[in-house]
Amino acid sequence: MVESPPLLAARDLTVVLGGVKALDGLSLDLMAGRRTVILGANGAGKSVLLRTLHGLIAPSAGTLSWARPHRQAMVFQRPVMLRRSAIDNVTYALSVNGIPAKERAARAASALERVGLAPIAERPARALSGGEQQRLALARAWALKPEILFLDEPTASLDPGASAEVERVISAIADEGTRIVMTTHHLGQARRLADEIVFLHAGRTVERTPVADFFRQPASKEASLFLKGELPWT
Amino acid sequence: MFEIFASLQAAWALVNGADPALARIVALSLELSLAAALLGAAIGLPLGALVAVGRFPGRRAVIVALNALLGLPSVVVGLLVYLMLSRAGPLGSWGLLFTPTAIVMAQSLLVAPIVAALARQTCEDAWRDYEEQLTSLGVSRARAVPTLLWDARYSLLTTVLAGFGRAASEVGAVMIVGGNIDGVTRVMTTAIALETSKGDLPLALALGFVLILVVLVVNAAAYGLREWSVRRHG
Repeated sequence: MVESPPLLAARDLTVVLGGVKALDGLSLDLMAGRRTVILGANGAGKSVLLRTLHGLIAPSAGTLSWARPHRQAMVFQRPVMLRRSAIDNVTYALSVNGIPAKERAARAASALERVGLAPIAERPARALSGGEQQRLALARAWALKPEILFLDEPTASLDPGASAEVERVISAIADEGTRIVMTTHHLGQARRLADEIVFLHAGRTVERTPVADFFRQPASKEASLFLKGELPWT
Repeated sequence: MFEIFASLQAAWALVNGADPALARIVALSLELSLAAALLGAAIGLPLGALVAVGRFPGRRAVIVALNALLGLPSVVVGLLVYLMLSRAGPLGSWGLLFTPTAIVMAQSLLVAPIVAALARQTCEDAWRDYEEQLTSLGVSRARAVPTLLWDARYSLLTTVLAGFGRAASEVGAVMIVGGNIDGVTRVMTTAIALETSKGDLPLALALGFVLILVVLVVNAAAYGLREWSVRRHG
């Protein structure tokens, strides 16, 4: 089988933040249609990698090349909601992205429906609970119909019930064909959501392994130390 | 001592009896100060937000200048507006000197820097929280200006009310460009100055009461609004 060119190819990315090398010549190809979870110890460069791939941080060296024009979105650990209703937060994102006014309401409503927030669409977004805000952030990203969705520790501030809801939504987004790239510090979550694990250490990709193999027998020494809990992690 | 009590009593009678001369002065004051607050806000709010999110050479100098303008000696502003509007001045042909419009112009010039400086601070704080999320959603810096202004609307309304207070309490500039003409450009502050120097303490005191009352009501409204918005929007 001939693989199509990767949706996103990152080559030799180096990012220096505050005099520290957060990424150190990292390369990574992201094919369409998979779910990648990035694992690594605290400070390995997971969040910086996501932000660099998403375009929020400009690499000091290296290249990012996209196979074609694309839509992308990102969900953060702590979503920022505008001081307006839940549904207006979604229509705002649609309007910024040039979606015609007459399509926005229906698209926003269906996104809220899919994350289970339709009944509280008119509530002020900032009055929602942490879990509801994170689902709203997912709805906002989903409504943009991204080809690739980056998620940075999306459940790190949530209780287990809210985390499970968020995981369900992430799976649903992936099932509709959006490429998922996320970081987590929750190994059970990585096992449930990932097709493959990318393991980072000191700003480099140390290994990339299908999820079952990774948790049975990681290929790298760093990853096995990490799984044994012998590397510090957030 | 007795004289003060007598004056207070007479002042109270004026306020209580809604003395027509008093009412006219109060109404004109409120009208002009409101117009100046709105005009100053129309200039100051976008200016403050632009400086908050903008990246342009000389940004620091603009911030320093804005903050310095907070301490602008109002008499000098009055003098400048006077020079502009006087018959030999560049805007002399408009015939605006010693009209209510001239007062609004001078007051707006005093209000705009206050609103701009406070709005800049507010928007800059908000931008720190929002930048990553808004950039991720595809919001440009120019597009972020109205978004930030709308999201900070409750604190910014307090800012505009502060501008209103500044306009309502101004004496010097208003005296210079308005001329304190009875029935035309006589406002509370200039009337107080005049009546005091004439020795008509009851009217001066009555106006003083009203002025203090206006400032109190405005501040109470600002406080109540903030409380309400925090409860509603978080």
